[in-house]
Amino acid sequence: MDRTIAIDVSRLCKTYDSHKAVDDLSFQVYAGEIFGLLGPNGAGKSTTLRTLITLLHPTSGTATVMGYDTVREADKVRTVIGYVPQERAIDRFLTGREHLQLLGALYHLSKEEATKRIGELLKLVELEAYADRPAKTYSGGMKRKLDIACGLLPDPKILFLDEPTLGLDVQSRLRIWEYVRMLKARGMTVVMTTNYLDEADQLCDRLAIIDGGKIKTLGAPVELKIALGGDIVSLTLKEIDRIHSLESELIGRPAIKAVRATAKGLDIRVESPEKALPTILESANRLGCGIEFIQYNRPRLDDVFIAHTGRAITESIPESETA
Amino acid sequence: MAHYWQEISALTMRWVRRLSREKFSMLFTLVQPMLFWLIFFGNLFQRAADTQVMQAPNYISFLAAGVVVMTVLNNGLAGGVDLLFDKENGFLERLMSTPIHRTSVILSRFIFVMAITSMQVLVILGVSYLFGVHPATGILGVATILLIGMMFGIGLTAISMAMAFSVKSHGDFFSVLGFLSLPMIFLSSALVPLSAMPGWMSFLAQFNPMTWAIDAVRPLILSGWTEALPHVGMVVLVMLVFDALCLYGGAKAFRRAMG
Repeated sequence: MDRTIAIDVSRLCKTYDSHKAVDDLSFQVYAGEIFGLLGPNGAGKSTTLRTLITLLHPTSGTATVMGYDTVREADKVRTVIGYVPQERAIDRFLTGREHLQLLGALYHLSKEEATKRIGELLKLVELEAYADRPAKTYSGGMKRKLDIACGLLPDPKILFLDEPTLGLDVQSRLRIWEYVRMLKARGMTVVMTTNYLDEADQLCDRLAIIDGGKIKTLGAPVELKIALGGDIVSLTLKEIDRIHSLESELIGRPAIKAVRATAKGLDIRVESPEKALPTILESANRLGCGIEFIQYNRPRLDDVFIAHTGRAITESIPESETA
Repeated sequence: MAHYWQEISALTMRWVRRLSREKFSMLFTLVQPMLFWLIFFGNLFQRAADTQVMQAPNYISFLAAGVVVMTVLNNGLAGGVDLLFDKENGFLERLMSTPIHRTSVILSRFIFVMAITSMQVLVILGVSYLFGVHPATGILGVATILLIGMMFGIGLTAISMAMAFSVKSHGDFFSVLGFLSLPMIFLSSALVPLSAMPGWMSFLAQFNPMTWAIDAVRPLILSGWTEALPHVGMVVLVMLVFDALCLYGGAKAFRRAMG
């Protein structure tokens, strides 16, 4: 992958009154990747995003987008980015086409150029048939598609997506994911915020987990999961009274990293399932433990999130930490 | 410069389109509640009002100037509402993330509000004409009335936009709006001349820029140029100061809201 730096954030801070929304954030986004800012509501990801699109001035620290400073060269930044705000940023009274025409003028496109691009984009997001209806008649998914078309109108080098699938039905979600992957295939850099773990996992090449205004960890989803330690084999046993003898039998065996008793069986953290499974099954057999159910899990991004923030993403933030 | 114009005209067109999509609101924009003041209030007080005190042939001809300026007041104070909604639903952010001149959105709003206000003022003057109120200074006087209206409207719209950018929720916005507009009307010469007011009210009314605007519009309708010119000169000065203050405050609020 191209390792050119598209976005460089250095020691970024944003303080509101005494509350630090973003606290000493540094990271880079490479050209051509899908970069995710993952975190619960109020974590500071939207503040970071809005700094990058020049709508907020940092309290201290700097951010550059395609080499342009977001404060001093905000105008230049604005010409190379596209922005897709959260769903409701639509004028209900305008038609889809009128949205795009308005933005065409704001990006200073000529009439011909605008008409050409609008035609292409409406086709891309499958809104041709609805282009001349007011947006108030659109479904949530259609509004989102229009949002994305608006973000793409300037043919940006970098596209910023703010919670792209928040509140969408499953089908629309998958469709949006498809678009994002297609844009990446075309060479576009995509930066998105999300508080959906599966979305970050499926879509992002790299992601930063943000909580309390700080980056807790950063890397490719796979790397982050590997860094947690091995995969997990969960056993449900028929003979519950033998859980502990099986536990002591397995502890310390090669390829087995940790064993933990649960209510109905064992959670076994393994280095690799190929090596560990024969050992586990053989031990269980020898002790006469019948296995009712066996499940094999790679660590999920949820586990990564919990390991780095100390709580699940769905848990709300303690009052004292929010603005 | 060509870019700037392209932005402003596209943004202004958006306001026009929005209005034209809402048939009802378009109708009520032209046939505005202000007409009721003129028609009902004007005729209702015809005999109750003393023409000696009013210094006008009848109450409706006295009231016309007040209703014209009240129209400007209402439009101006409500001028920021659409921006408030744009701010709340994120549309404003979308606009501001494009490479437009930072003032384009605001300028488009001024242009739109001024144009709508001028049209409404013409409707008011037209209906007044039907009730026999013929502006003494003719077409040029009507143009002067529109100019005064715009000067007052710019400051009011700036206040409204400043509020739109500063308030936490639109509930706050509308409470402040409702709170401001009635005292502005009663503490002005819109309904009664200052000389006929209780002392404390006429004292307060002197500081109301609305009073100055009405005192210039009224002789343009009732008397003629000789009477009106000193007032017109005075209101232009007052409005220059008023607009400067409002625009300064508005610009500050805008900068704060937009980082």
